[in-house]
Amino acid sequence: MSRRDRMSGNEAVAEAMRQINPDVMGAFPITPSTEIPQYFSKFIADGKVDTEFVAVESEHSAMSVCIGASAAGARAVTATSSAGLAYMWELLYVAASSRLPITMAVVNRALTGPININNDHSDTMGARDSGWIQIYAESNQEVYDNYIQAMPISEAIRLPVMICQDGFITSHGVSNIELLEDEEVKSFVGEYKPENYLLKHENPLAVGPYGTSPYYMEVKRAQAQAMKDSMPIIMEVAERFEALTGRKYGFFEEYMMDDAEVAIVIIGSSAGTGKEAVDRLRAEGKKVGLIKLRVFRPFPRQPLAEAMCKVKAVAIMDKAECFSNSGGPLFSEARNSLYDLPNKPYAINYIYGLGGRDITVEDFYEIYNDLFIIYDTDKPGDVYRYVGVRDNRYGERGFDHKKYDD
Amino acid sequence: MSDKINEAVEIRWHGRGGQGAKTACLMLADIAFTAGKHVQGFPEYGPERQGAPITAYNRITDEPCKVHSNIYTPDYVAVVDETLLKSVDVAKGIKKGGALIINSKKSPEALRPLLNGYRGRICTVDAEAISIECLGKNFPNMPMLGAIVKVSNVIDPQAFIDNMQESFAHKFAGKESVIEGNMRAVVKAMEEVEVGE
Repeated sequence: MSRRDRMSGNEAVAEAMRQINPDVMGAFPITPSTEIPQYFSKFIADGKVDTEFVAVESEHSAMSVCIGASAAGARAVTATSSAGLAYMWELLYVAASSRLPITMAVVNRALTGPININNDHSDTMGARDSGWIQIYAESNQEVYDNYIQAMPISEAIRLPVMICQDGFITSHGVSNIELLEDEEVKSFVGEYKPENYLLKHENPLAVGPYGTSPYYMEVKRAQAQAMKDSMPIIMEVAERFEALTGRKYGFFEEYMMDDAEVAIVIIGSSAGTGKEAVDRLRAEGKKVGLIKLRVFRPFPRQPLAEAMCKVKAVAIMDKAECFSNSGGPLFSEARNSLYDLPNKPYAINYIYGLGGRDITVEDFYEIYNDLFIIYDTDKPGDVYRYVGVRDNRYGERGFDHKKYDD
Repeated sequence: MSDKINEAVEIRWHGRGGQGAKTACLMLADIAFTAGKHVQGFPEYGPERQGAPITAYNRITDEPCKVHSNIYTPDYVAVVDETLLKSVDVAKGIKKGGALIINSKKSPEALRPLLNGYRGRICTVDAEAISIECLGKNFPNMPMLGAIVKVSNVIDPQAFIDNMQESFAHKFAGKESVIEGNMRAVVKAMEEVEVGE
């Protein structure tokens, strides 16, 4: 049985947390955190969950609380955003290398410089090498569904998981959602029975000791193996979730890809806007497709490459700049994944949506148009591009930006 | 899936921080949801403070709406604060056949000269007077909600009134004493909104 409701992405995550009833939430309860601890602390105050809420003085301490609680064998959760995630940085690596199954809800917002509170992926893309599994959502429904799947994945492979959604766009946007019954969620997530934990008297354990040179690299190799081994677990959990809800999830979603000639690869809420462009262009007979990446860590190198090879040209879109001078983080990895394949498509990069810059259906038309030019001419041109920039000094075609240009 | 275009009714709200434009926007989403629609209600966030211009948006559709961008060519625009006409191009992008609904004591035609050559339909409602009469205070957002439903017909006005009670109970949980006055303000605005050419 499902319940039809309407709520924001932040409310949806808090609702999933309520249904799960974790043991401990460590959270910094004001900006730059999210509304999630606010909604969740109301559930605690109303006696709807018996989670221990530890209100800390910083995000650094929020993650420290989760590490301590998780090491002690508790289910620990937190939520953060933007500068808050940046302030957790040091501890992200501690959580992952200690193999602690913490689930963190991240509301993606820009990192400051200049000061900005709006959506992009610079916060979690910056944390991509910390050893956390990263799962991204297009909609409120997906962030709710992903959050419920996170804990079984995390506990099976003993890696922490970030469940990411787009700041304001889905986090504060109210829309329709189908919620599971509490008992369904509890049974799906199951009881947590950790094998080892700090205070288990039969097997006393040290967590987070000094990893001297003779051991450090073995720990890292084991983490890398766990990330690899998480792939079948992510799929198994998705299949179990589909059996329960009918909603299908994988490493990525292919939208109208079967006979597509060109395609866009994208993460998060803007995938929805891109799909609308696909629908409208398809109605005009244009064979366009879209791949929405859901799981960025582990990176689904081989299946993603095979999906991209269905078309002749792909635009890989990054909502984060990494100043590599060779494209954004998704582009670098997705294009790299194509290297060994004989029938690989042309692959170009667009940086878009930084600091809340809106991207519209019309912007996607332009990108598909660029792809068809490559399709027709076999000339990819400069592969590292921006879309939606109002400054025309760098050689990009100046997209008319409806929002700012009167 | 791809051959069917899911046309949305798109609404843009202009208000000032503190006047409740965002609340009205989310309430419209809420009531449209209750009436069986697919909805989006989302404010545009920035460094906001009391009195600063703010924008919020609704998309209302029959099928799930995939688009996650702002709205540039709305069907309807609600202006909760008349003084915004001086600083914000509120009529920008309104689709043909759409309308602009302004909280004002003036007539629609008296406002047209302030609207940068906008030639479409203008409606006015004295949301301030209605709010003071029904609530004893100036909260213009709920009368504006009533007016926009009446003018846009995005939800059947009677279905809207029928579904309003539940949404108000949800929104004003713990403050039940204000529900009746707010509902009265919404209905009164639906009756009084002046629909111009």
